[in-house]
Amino acid sequence: MKTLIFRTIAPALTAIMVVFSIFVLLRGHNEPGGGFIGGLIAASAIAIYGIAAGVANVRKALYFDPISLAGFGVFIAGFSGLLSLGQSVPFLTGLWASMQLGQAEITVSTPMMFDIGVYFAVVGTISAVALALEEEDDGGSK
Amino acid sequence: MATQTGTHTELDLPQAMLETATAVSEWNLILPVVIALMAGALLAMIRHSRGSQFGFSVLAVLVILVIEIDLFWQVLETGPVVMTMGNWLPPFGISFAADIMSASFALAASFVTLIVLVYFQAEIVPREVRHGFYPLVMLLLAGVTGAFLTGDLFNLYVWFEVMLISSFGLLIIGGRKVQLDGAVKYGFLNFLATTFFLVGLGYMYGLTGTLNMADIALLAPSAPVAPMTAVAAIFLLAFSMKAAAFPVNAWLPASYHTPDAAVSALFGGLLTKVGVYVLLRIMIALMPASRELFDPILTTIAVITLITAPMGAIAQTNLRRAIGFLVIGGIGAVFAGMAIASLRSVAGATFYAFHSMLTMTALYLVAGLIERVTQAKDTKQMGGIYAANSPISIMFLILVFAAAGLPPFLGFWPKLLITHGAIAQADWLLVFAVLFNSLLTSIAGTRLWAHIFWRPGREGAHSEIPNDHLRKLNPTESRMALGSTMVLVGVIVVLGLWPNLLFESAGMAAGQLLQPQLYIEAFGLQGFSPDILSTGGAS
Amino acid sequence: MAPFVGAFFTVAVYLILSKAIIRMLLGIAILGNGVNLLIFILGRVTPEVPPIVPNGLSQPLGAIANPLPQALILTAIVIGFALFTFLLVLGYRAYQELDADNTDNMRLAEPAATPKPPLSY
Repeated sequence: MKTLIFRTIAPALTAIMVVFSIFVLLRGHNEPGGGFIGGLIAASAIAIYGIAAGVANVRKALYFDPISLAGFGVFIAGFSGLLSLGQSVPFLTGLWASMQLGQAEITVSTPMMFDIGVYFAVVGTISAVALALEEEDDGGSK
Repeated sequence: MATQTGTHTELDLPQAMLETATAVSEWNLILPVVIALMAGALLAMIRHSRGSQFGFSVLAVLVILVIEIDLFWQVLETGPVVMTMGNWLPPFGISFAADIMSASFALAASFVTLIVLVYFQAEIVPREVRHGFYPLVMLLLAGVTGAFLTGDLFNLYVWFEVMLISSFGLLIIGGRKVQLDGAVKYGFLNFLATTFFLVGLGYMYGLTGTLNMADIALLAPSAPVAPMTAVAAIFLLAFSMKAAAFPVNAWLPASYHTPDAAVSALFGGLLTKVGVYVLLRIMIALMPASRELFDPILTTIAVITLITAPMGAIAQTNLRRAIGFLVIGGIGAVFAGMAIASLRSVAGATFYAFHSMLTMTALYLVAGLIERVTQAKDTKQMGGIYAANSPISIMFLILVFAAAGLPPFLGFWPKLLITHGAIAQADWLLVFAVLFNSLLTSIAGTRLWAHIFWRPGREGAHSEIPNDHLRKLNPTESRMALGSTMVLVGVIVVLGLWPNLLFESAGMAAGQLLQPQLYIEAFGLQGFSPDILSTGGAS
Repeated sequence: MAPFVGAFFTVAVYLILSKAIIRMLLGIAILGNGVNLLIFILGRVTPEVPPIVPNGLSQPLGAIANPLPQALILTAIVIGFALFTFLLVLGYRAYQELDADNTDNMRLAEPAATPKPPLSY
């Protein structure tokens, strides 16, 4: 798209949206938010950048292929379930661990890992679809 | 659901939820699905490195196969196994459960997938690999295995969708125009079927307050009859569509012949059987009272499917379309077993579905080989292969006999059981339909065989002319495609000649379906006091 | 709310019965929403208290909203969305490649005319 205002704003907007999506992802366990909605926000950020800067630039900026991102997401989501194999509890049982990092106590857990997996899966899938559709608008071949 | 408010205070269910440990150890129940899913994901990540895809996917399927053999033996020896995810107690957490039927179907599914993966090496197209053939096959396997092994209706819906999405992908992966045409019909009708399933799920939850299969089996008798029958009717419609039974089968012959032969084989072997599996589970084990009401309907569906499907096969000249109709005919036999619902006939129905998974896959694979040799899709343009390639013709004939149910091949035994059950109940219409189906199927099959193999050449303007399109299989094709098909046909022949194990396990599977007490107890649901059960799970 | 579900289903069935793929897609989308609403109602509309267990207790104090239908609907929405996207792209591709939005013209995978019986008859 050729609008000057949009092209100027889009990179900043994308950056803010991606950061916000990670914020939404991480607060997800006990408050509204989570991997799915965070992933949707990030995917729309990518779509906006694609409209502004062209799909080729987005693919370069992403570095990884969106489908690979989605695969990675599904993979670590499955892996988070398998972690409970070592603890001899059923599949997908939530395991929690907390560590002290300076003043803050940081909790890591398998549900969070699962959520991150969902995040990547959603980002990958939705942006793959969005980029493919935008590419057709550009007149590119699929 | 009579009492909706929480009356769990006496037993303090939440406390029990925190403190009671669920049985663990049944990892072989969940691992096949997880491995398939994770392998699919990993293959999607590395789908640009073409070399490693085949080896890795075969390795994953082999591991799954070993685990499922272990699971099958365990179920055979100790009865149904259950594992509930996330340390929740059964009616609340999502359970995976395997009885003999689901374990054996899952085993057949991964075996068939392995064969198809090897076969695909012969028709490999780089573009299809880049578009993700291997990840999609693994996802399809994950969906099918998940559908077989889950013990929760909503989870079943999710696996159905996993299966549906990956089958969409596989159906259009070559990008030919015919495939788009087939995929539109396949896509819309299957999407409608799963939506109907979702409607049924919603009503089921509203009526019983639970979606756990064992819990439903416990609660269904006490639920109001009329609404339960309506739910069962919606399920019957949804899964008949999935299984391609008579009035709602139009999507199958419209789409199954369009993709590559390997993909057709995978679909013909797996997809309809999942619908059949769920129908057996729901109609026989979960809602037997509703099934009794549906007796005439099931009989009608069975009879019409049994008779019309092979007639459709006779009318076709496109080889793979004809085989699509044979797949539908097999579904009719399972419906016949379901309509009779005696121990013998249900055993026959499960046995038939198992046999159909192997035989239909093999038929499509042989059809793919024939298309390769003759470079044609229409039987009129085939002809004269007998001299050129006799192994293919022998395999095709064996498979036709197996599909028709002629002794001593695999299809004979389940049809024997179903017919025996029908005679015991003096259901002469079904006896006639099953036998007539065998006759028609063998007519259709031998007719195809005569046209493809027996005739000296392909069809010219007025008479047959020598078939100059015939070509020899190249080394990869004969090693991978012909070899894998031979292995599959070999297994079918061996199982047909020594069917004892299958006979026994089919009988036990039918027993577990007709009397689901063991299945329910494996969930640990009997441990609750009756008043908890009558409040119906989630409230 | 039941009449709404009925209305959704009516509109959806009407649209799906159409010959134009784009209308069928709209019908599919509306049908999905109707089903979600149906599940929502069947889960009983309960008090609007979030189903959160207070700290230190093992169960919530009063009546709470039933979280399960919401989880079911959320899953159904996600899956329905994915399938709808696929069908949309598929319909678009079919429109480009086959030049057919009308299902009557989509006969590529079917036998061309009534085929003649093979010569051996």
